[in-house]
Amino acid sequence: MNLSISPDDTLFFSWGFFEINATILYTWIIMAILFTVSWIATRKIEKGVKISRWQAAMEVIVDAIRGEIREMMGSDPDRYLPFLGSLFLFILTANLLTIMPAYEAPTGSLSTAAALAIVVFVSVPVFGITEKGLGGYLKSYIKPSPVMLPFNIISELSRTLALAVRLFGNIMSGTLIAGVLLSIAPFFVPVIMQVFGLIVGVIQAYIFTVLAAIYIASATQVQRKQEEKLKKQINEKSKEESDG
Amino acid sequence: MDSITIIGAVSIIVSGITISLGSIGPAIGEGMALAKAMTAIAQQPDKSSTITRTLFIGLAMIESTAIYCFVIAIILIFVNPFWQHVIAAGG
Repeated sequence: MNLSISPDDTLFFSWGFFEINATILYTWIIMAILFTVSWIATRKIEKGVKISRWQAAMEVIVDAIRGEIREMMGSDPDRYLPFLGSLFLFILTANLLTIMPAYEAPTGSLSTAAALAIVVFVSVPVFGITEKGLGGYLKSYIKPSPVMLPFNIISELSRTLALAVRLFGNIMSGTLIAGVLLSIAPFFVPVIMQVFGLIVGVIQAYIFTVLAAIYIASATQVQRKQEEKLKKQINEKSKEESDG
Repeated sequence: MDSITIIGAVSIIVSGITISLGSIGPAIGEGMALAKAMTAIAQQPDKSSTITRTLFIGLAMIESTAIYCFVIAIILIFVNPFWQHVIAAGG
């Protein structure tokens, strides 16, 4: 039985140290698909009631992601929409294309998952600094007290590792289980596991995006403001009720 | 027993122990979380979207511990560094 645990091992082309493996090729294909679809959908954007079908479909996707980010972060979603939306759409497309034959999800390679996690790792301070300034962001490391400084740094690193390994492990396990089942019960059983793998793929794309949103929100500290605003509203409402 | 046999046998046995112990804990935890979420949804059906979202994130967090164990088991079976070292040194 020959099981490969990573699409990195499938080589299509190699020239010296320059290699094109399945991960790179399928990432390019996904990028091409996403680019083409977005280009077609946004080619003729119209206002008003009569819009093209492509635009309507795209509006549904963008609006759903915006609503999710707004509920998650409690702030203006347009600031984070390009980053989180592309993360979500890329991982979702990568995972859903596994129904195509001869395709291996690039997210099932630790390289892709680690790259995405590093992007999130870098984006957290970038958003934090643009939101609160360098001093304000660095101050968040010594909260609630300077004793917590090493633990904050460790948590920053370990959650990046967890993000990468979670995505990689889930997708890779799906591929591996399908491979094992193909060798012991090749007739119908792998189909069920593949359908289950699609669900896992969608959930993992959602979770990756949500966790990235939560990490960015914790760096920009909009969550607390929102809670305070909510608390104030509740207090005012209860005051009004007690008055009336 | 020579060292190759010992390394192979120990790797296989330990990967089995890793995945079994590593899935027991998260399974219990996920079951408890799911049961609590069911109770919460039954009590407050109109808050079900918030509860479901939090539940999914929590389940993913819990499940990542099982995934770590799974990755370790896979490494022990497929890309075992000790095994490869011995093969490279002996072969």
